[in-house]
Amino acid sequence: MVLTKLLKDIAKIWTKYKWSYINGIRNTILLAFIGTVLGCIIGFICGILQTIPVSKKDHPIKKAAVYAIRGIVRAYVEIFRGTPMVLQAVFFYYGLSYLTNGALNFTDPWTCSIFVVSINTGAYMAETVRGGILAIERGQTEGAKAIGMSHVQTMLYVILPQTLRNILPQIGNNYIINIKDTSVMFMISFTELFAAHRSVAGATYQYFPSAAIEMVAYLCLTLASSVILRLWEKKLAGKSSYELATADQLSPTAGTLNSPQKGSNFDERHIETKGGQN
Amino acid sequence: METVIELRHLSKAFGANVVLKDINASIHKGDVTCVIGASGSGKSTMLRCINLLETPTSGDILYHDKSILNEKISLNEYRTHVGMCFQSFNLFNNMTVLKNCMIGQMKVLKRSKEEARVNAIRYLEKVGMAPYINARPDQISGGQKQRVAIARALAMNPEVLLFDEPTSALDPEMVGEVLSVMKSLAKEGMTMVVVTHEMGFAKDVANRVLFMEQGVIAEEGTPEEIFTNPKNERTKEFLSRILNK
Repeated sequence: MVLTKLLKDIAKIWTKYKWSYINGIRNTILLAFIGTVLGCIIGFICGILQTIPVSKKDHPIKKAAVYAIRGIVRAYVEIFRGTPMVLQAVFFYYGLSYLTNGALNFTDPWTCSIFVVSINTGAYMAETVRGGILAIERGQTEGAKAIGMSHVQTMLYVILPQTLRNILPQIGNNYIINIKDTSVMFMISFTELFAAHRSVAGATYQYFPSAAIEMVAYLCLTLASSVILRLWEKKLAGKSSYELATADQLSPTAGTLNSPQKGSNFDERHIETKGGQN
Repeated sequence: METVIELRHLSKAFGANVVLKDINASIHKGDVTCVIGASGSGKSTMLRCINLLETPTSGDILYHDKSILNEKISLNEYRTHVGMCFQSFNLFNNMTVLKNCMIGQMKVLKRSKEEARVNAIRYLEKVGMAPYINARPDQISGGQKQRVAIARALAMNPEVLLFDEPTSALDPEMVGEVLSVMKSLAKEGMTMVVVTHEMGFAKDVANRVLFMEQGVIAEEGTPEEIFTNPKNERTKEFLSRILNK
């Protein structure tokens, strides 16, 4: 009985306010996505800056600069990881003009929200990327150095692609956290999914049905994200099989070798050969 | 004979631990120099100093009579002339076999993609790995990886190739395939410095052998001199230990 009542109420609210929710969903996805992407870029930049090598022989100015950069990145990470995002939003949206006497000011909640979510994600990603870079075995760097690659080339072509692959689950984590945590942006009047609930509930006093819609909507968003991230992970892992090239390199497919690379490292492996291989 | 690389009074210490003491040696063009000695005698460190994967504590390294420790010499350019193969292969895990052999040519030597591809395939054919161009490093065996690593180094068209125990991480049945590739390179006149525990290879292929002991070159000479008539007591002891196994 309670359930049918609830479903009826939900249906009523949905027909009347669906655009409010859909708009909220759209804004939440956009904010979480843009924030995560920008945050990842910030994180990669910080991670790279923190792993610039210094040796004793380097010029003192270079050494000082590298240590200064490390200090700044460190401070940034600690400050933005160590304070609540909702407070950061309020601080920048309402506080910035106070501090700069109106010279600097976020005029709309969009820019401020994107800014806050990005630097927040960036602070978390900085540490993830740093860890990801350190986790790549030293042999990869040495292999690159031994063929004459510079530090930047080594990073760009060898280390970072492998880092990205390794930290993808963490990027996914951040994205899903952002989908949910962007709900605090209603504080600076950003109309994301949770703000839709507040306005609908405020107008109808139907807290539970509206919250139920929100719960389902958030869950759908995060589940869809999980699936997409898994697919991306699979794609980055590469093909599980490779084609043997023939001698003249022009007509491939002498056969396909299947190598057991898919799944977890702990799965049992079966080697199959396909297509003309015995 | 033309000297390609010369080590002068080279020393290397990790903190208080002195690994190399006053090493003097020269590498001649076309020579295959094998460096033998017990583990911990400084063989690998010396090799790693030659292309500056380790920075020497003191002394100098000359490449065609020019000091590579001089700041004016581009280290990255020098490394394209002095290739290296590692015990642990160090193939780039995020690239296929072909891409492994192309990336350095394209990004460091600025060759065109097509030129790099043709060159890479030529050397992959040489090491017998051309059919595997589409495989990733984690899909091939250790011996195959080392052969790709040799092709990757060769694709840069280096003047000297350094080998740091290239067969030590391999299963016994794969050692042969790597050694035979190295043998054919030696026959073609490639200048090579090989740190190895494969005494058979040193005997057959090298024309110079350095025996290292506790951070110094204790004895050097032709393979005949070292293997059949060693003068140094420590060389005798080492060889009898390793050959009578």
